Amino acid sequence: MTGSIMDTFFEECEELLEAMDAGLAAIEEGDQDPETVNAVFRAVHSIKGGAGAFGLDELVAFAHNFETVFDDVRSNKLQLDPKLVQLLFRASDHLSDLVTCARDGGQVDADHHKVLITALGEYIDEEEEEVVFEPMGMGAVFDPAPISAVEEVSYDIRFLPLKEMFATGNEPYFLFQALSDLGALTVRMDDSELPGFDAMEEGETYLSWELTLITSQPRSAIEAVFEFVEGLCELSISTDGDAAAEADALAALNAAFGVTSVEEESAVDIPLEQPEPEQVESPTSAEVDIIETVEPEAEPEQGTDMPAETSKDASKSKSSGPKPTLRVELDRVDRLINAVGELIINHSMLAQQIANLDATDLRDVETELEGFKTLARDIQEGVMAIRAQPVKPLFQRMARIVREASAATGKTAKLVTVGEATEVDKTVIERLADPLTHILRNAVDHGIESPEDRLAAGKSKAGEIRLTAAHRSGSVCIEVKDDGAGLNRKKIHQIAIDKGLVPDNIELNDGEIDNLLFLPGFSTASEISNLSGRGVGMDVVKNAVTALGGRVNIASTPGKGSTFSIILPLTLAVMDGMVVSVAGHTMVVPITAIVETMRGNDDMINNLGADSTLLSIRGSFIPICDVASSLGLRDGSSREPAGVYLLVETENGDRSALAVDDIHDQRQVVIKSLDGVCGNVPGVSAATILGDGKIAMILDPESIVTASSSAAVFDTDRRMSNAIAS
Amino acid sequence: MQLQAESKHIEHSEFVSFTVAGQAFCLKITQIREIRRWSPVTVLPHAPADVLGVMNLRGAVIPIYDLSARFGLEQTEASERNVVIVVSAHDKPVGLLAESVSEIISINPDDIQDTPQVDSRNTMDFIQGIISQNDEMVRIINLDAVISSPEQVGL
Repeated sequence: MTGSIMDTFFEECEELLEAMDAGLAAIEEGDQDPETVNAVFRAVHSIKGGAGAFGLDELVAFAHNFETVFDDVRSNKLQLDPKLVQLLFRASDHLSDLVTCARDGGQVDADHHKVLITALGEYIDEEEEEVVFEPMGMGAVFDPAPISAVEEVSYDIRFLPLKEMFATGNEPYFLFQALSDLGALTVRMDDSELPGFDAMEEGETYLSWELTLITSQPRSAIEAVFEFVEGLCELSISTDGDAAAEADALAALNAAFGVTSVEEESAVDIPLEQPEPEQVESPTSAEVDIIETVEPEAEPEQGTDMPAETSKDASKSKSSGPKPTLRVELDRVDRLINAVGELIINHSMLAQQIANLDATDLRDVETELEGFKTLARDIQEGVMAIRAQPVKPLFQRMARIVREASAATGKTAKLVTVGEATEVDKTVIERLADPLTHILRNAVDHGIESPEDRLAAGKSKAGEIRLTAAHRSGSVCIEVKDDGAGLNRKKIHQIAIDKGLVPDNIELNDGEIDNLLFLPGFSTASEISNLSGRGVGMDVVKNAVTALGGRVNIASTPGKGSTFSIILPLTLAVMDGMVVSVAGHTMVVPITAIVETMRGNDDMINNLGADSTLLSIRGSFIPICDVASSLGLRDGSSREPAGVYLLVETENGDRSALAVDDIHDQRQVVIKSLDGVCGNVPGVSAATILGDGKIAMILDPESIVTASSSAAVFDTDRRMSNAIAS
Repeated sequence: MQLQAESKHIEHSEFVSFTVAGQAFCLKITQIREIRRWSPVTVLPHAPADVLGVMNLRGAVIPIYDLSARFGLEQTEASERNVVIVVSAHDKPVGLLAESVSEIISINPDDIQDTPQVDSRNTMDFIQGIISQNDEMVRIINLDAVISSPEQVGL
């Protein structure tokens, strides 16, 4: 087995675990649909099957226990009560840990493992546990297993694989092998559908098998063997007594199948003994061998075969597959994104060149150029859509965080997720996991009160944490809202003073106190708890979000709860910007930051003290921040009335007016990171390439405002709040 | 291919010589990606004096250094006649502003003299060795020392 197959297995595991979590969450919500239970069962089962093939014994053993419990639920032997659902959740978390350990090495908590196995064991009916099978036991010998039980039943199984079954790499041989473990198996291949050599088509299946299994195992054990190929084959299982009349039905089915399967007419020289389609993963020669070994065994008892079947549960065989997807290396997508970025830059260069041309009639060219622009945009959006992924998996992982956090703190908290389908850039999702984990742990640890306190406050015993994702005008907003006690501002302020983070003689408003949480080294937990409060706290959250070009807001109402909002740009590669000129330099301001733009005139400007000027807009006064002097491009003292003011809103809701010389254009720009080029430049978030090939800085209004107002040294209070805001 | 840290190990090879603030310097030819005519760069706010700004090199944003200022000499008044030598430092393209490019010289490693002991720490770091070419002293630049890794720049 090569590493790449294992990689694929782990990739699939991740998807299966997601499906499992989703299913469990639905069950917790009260979903009674048997298909949901089946979906979870299948996910666990597939993990187990794959793990078995790689010899991951611990994983197999645990998955088996897990699966057995679920099988009982599926067959209504077990009733799902909240306690069981909780256990299943914990088991699913543990299964996910086991998969991670198998992939990255390392050990799971052995005690926890045992506890869960025991807990699951309590639900397992002893007899059921006997239903052990090796779905992919490649090493096993094809010998009928000794028959131990008293009551033996003979099952007639008719098995007609569809071509899709081979496309997914399944092998009838292994299925038969697994069946033979259950009891005495006779196999007879039906090659009556095999057309003449000329009529044979690549990728088509012509063979079916009739099997007789004498076993003491229940019918469900046989069905379990075929679990993997459910929906990929026509299967009927009947006991001796069943009527043979339905053979006609199958014949009809076969006929129908033969008609619909007219595909490509590519005639291929497949040897006659080789009826399997070519997509099968295993080498052709090996496959022929397998079939031949099966056949001789089948021959002797051929006569006893009675082809008979009962039509299987229709809903089961018609399980609708998921949307077809394509696995692509991320590198390839990123290369494409870079190329599209160049294309957009190239377009604006071309447009500028053409505009500079001294030709009289450019209308046609300009029309075509417009078309080019539209196409470039389409491609860009399409490529971005490839990277965009729903936040659902991320949110599901968060459910686990809340579960664990509430278990550790003895609080009851429930995570409600909204807007799981919201799509966000893949990198953003990846890098959001840590900050979100932090916020959620904090919400449980500090936000939600203990059950007693909650009841005393007239709230429901279980706290609710609402995790919301939504698109909001060009950005993504992710909100964590708890219904806990809200921020204890007095305590926060006192701690900040105690830790020397702020001088004690300064009055801070609520917003400023809330922002103290983001200071490095701030931690309110009096004792370092296992969860939050490792001293690295919300500043990590803030840094991670800022690195993504986003910002974090806090809102809190005492007694009602707190809300942390993370606002992020939609993509990391392209943004809409306003092209402005500042002291002769062309710069770009992100549109998302701009609330309003206006031409300035002297009447609107009011001096405040020696250095500060305020812009009066509709009765309110907004501090003016001169971009040029803030960036050190112009001497601050020679302040002349700027041409245009851009109204921006900062994190804590304050407004500032950025003074620039002029606005030129509003356009989509490709973000070129300055990381690795020149380190951190204050006031600048990145660069972009303009139509004339020149580089323009993309400004970060937040840090410009901060830098500018911190220059006003006389105003201690003001500076303080800026230090906090930064 | 790689420039050795010690001057002793420099193999017999070709160097490109150029002038910076009237003095002759050279870089190993394999270190140089391309030489471009100077065109105005985009100024970086709050950048140190020896960082002129950033330039667009076929879609990549690269920083441009004023070699003269970097060596502690007077700042270059960049004009059309000046050149930007694009080199690869720390695996990233970086542009160096020089007055003009002179010639390609072939040097026998034995002809390279160690930098004489001088007081200036920077000089010792930046100059890897010297060669005598047509009775003129040509200084071999230690690129890795001159261009600090990107993280340190601009801070």
